[in-house]
Amino acid sequence: MDLLIVFAKCLVALLIVLQVGVLLLWVERKGSALIQDRVGANRANLFGGILPFNLGIVNTLMADPLKLFTKEDIVPEGADRFLHWLAPFLALFPLFLTFAVIPFGDVLEIGGRTIDLQAVEAGPGILFVLALVSLGVYGVVLGGWASNSRYALLGGIRGSAQMISYEIAMGLALVAVVLTFGTLDLQQIVREQGKLMWGVVPAWGVFYQPLALLVFFIAGMAESKRAPFDLPEAESELIAGFFTEYSGSKQSVFMMADFVEVAIVAALVTTLFFGGWQVPWLYRDGFHLPGGLSIPLPSLLVTILGVLAFLVKLGIFCWLQILIRWTLPRLRYDQLMNLGWKRLLPIALVNVAVTAVLALLLQGWTVAS
Amino acid sequence: MTAFWILATLAVLSAIVTILHRSPVYGALALVQTLLLIAAMFALLDAHLVAFLQVIVYAGAIMVLFLFVIMLLGAEDEVRLEGRSALRLGALVSAVALAFELATVVVAKRVDGSALPASFGSTEALAERLFSRWALPFELTSLLLMVAVVGAVVLARRKA
Amino acid sequence: MTVPIGHWLALSAVLFSIGAVGVLLRRNLIVVLMAIEIMLNAVNVAFVALSRHLQSMDGQVIVFFVMTVAAAEAAVGLAIILAVFAQRRTLNADELGRLRG
Repeated sequence: MDLLIVFAKCLVALLIVLQVGVLLLWVERKGSALIQDRVGANRANLFGGILPFNLGIVNTLMADPLKLFTKEDIVPEGADRFLHWLAPFLALFPLFLTFAVIPFGDVLEIGGRTIDLQAVEAGPGILFVLALVSLGVYGVVLGGWASNSRYALLGGIRGSAQMISYEIAMGLALVAVVLTFGTLDLQQIVREQGKLMWGVVPAWGVFYQPLALLVFFIAGMAESKRAPFDLPEAESELIAGFFTEYSGSKQSVFMMADFVEVAIVAALVTTLFFGGWQVPWLYRDGFHLPGGLSIPLPSLLVTILGVLAFLVKLGIFCWLQILIRWTLPRLRYDQLMNLGWKRLLPIALVNVAVTAVLALLLQGWTVAS
Repeated sequence: MTAFWILATLAVLSAIVTILHRSPVYGALALVQTLLLIAAMFALLDAHLVAFLQVIVYAGAIMVLFLFVIMLLGAEDEVRLEGRSALRLGALVSAVALAFELATVVVAKRVDGSALPASFGSTEALAERLFSRWALPFELTSLLLMVAVVGAVVLARRKA
Repeated sequence: MTVPIGHWLALSAVLFSIGAVGVLLRRNLIVVLMAIEIMLNAVNVAFVALSRHLQSMDGQVIVFFVMTVAAAEAAVGLAIILAVFAQRRTLNADELGRLRG
């Protein structure tokens, strides 16, 4: 039974990440069209266009995968067949695993059981995330190398340098967050954010660690290799970078990995800085507004509200990333390195130092103490 | 026990692939596999933080650096394992001798796993040790890293 | 946890020897560096196993230091390899015997 519950939770986490990944593909199409004043995906209508509105979403959700998976899978001459096959999976698999430690809801009380809504209750969840993020780079590197193409190789080299550079700033931003909340457990971090500052404001990470949020968000976007950090796949310079030589289903796996990365950055930002599944002033027994007003709610409804809150926040940060991706131009490579090493890294370092000093001097400043 | 034998066999095999494969890229990948298996061994030995660090630092950073350099320099396969045959023979003989010697000094004792505190191998326990008893070596390590960074930058600059 | 400490130490010894053979056998500088990493890791296995055996965290602290040193070693080593390759266009240790560039 316990095994069944764990299995179900993993399935839910996987479904969330798959659904978000697929939906993002459509949101990106339509969103970019909106930003660029175009119509966007509007073909592949059903019923011969009788409907008054177009079903562009059908295009993306059904026609696109169908096209990609039926396309010929081309392996270029002189490529390393095994690594060429392996690389897409190495890019996608660690990302799926990352979602396993992200809490998507509070405890669910059903039939006398309390189930923590987190697929895997890993103690040091942040370390788990860091480990998997650091492994994600292999898909890019090997995809670039195995293709036996100059463009792909350049993309792979750029990708590896970019990702290890930004991992440092990302890790340091996480250190400040850990100092604030005093735990490595993601579910615990979310629980701590349910407290209130001065009895009014929810104790979300963003109010304690605005700088860490900034650094983490930028570094996270750089890790996901999308514009303005899309140098490993810069289409105007490298055709498609590390996946130039990929086609059909293998290419779609790389594309999927892109969107899953967006979802993971959004989920981590939500969890660490915006209270995860916490709804302000909502407790296990209902709302307790600062004015003294209380609205009792059943436990199940509270849990459902929490899951919805997580999904809404997730959606907002996915959208923010798509907005940035279609607004900012690509950085030059030296600008990319300057940003990572000369801006983000010092900011993150100072942030860690200041946080540590404050945590020592002002007992009670941190949420955990 | 089964877990140990599986991990140990795989780790030894992938370590052998690392040093014998002609292509440096495959060698590096086999080494990544070895490192991940060793991380699993650390977890088996209740050293959880060290296991995570092994993945983050070794597999995630150091090996990516290796692959980066291999790709940057162009990974040509070695035609054969060069080196004079006398050297190779010597290497094998001394390796077997070394393995034998190292393995025989080992006295097989059972690990008593009963009275282990719950916090063993946790981040808190390691940090406590690191920042009290080992504080000075820790600071020296940061000095070492600083020297390494400066050295690497100087080496990279001089070339240009 | 019923694996005798001897098994771990024997495994460590075997891995260390494999690394040593790699250093002696291979001429490609990058592969030699990778063999050194195997040796460092073999020692780490012994440290962690003994830390578990003696129920002392000190072994794990030392592993932490070994990892730091390995990172520094890899960074400097690879930087040297890049510099050497830029000068000599080879990674073969035997062809790098001449000291005068």
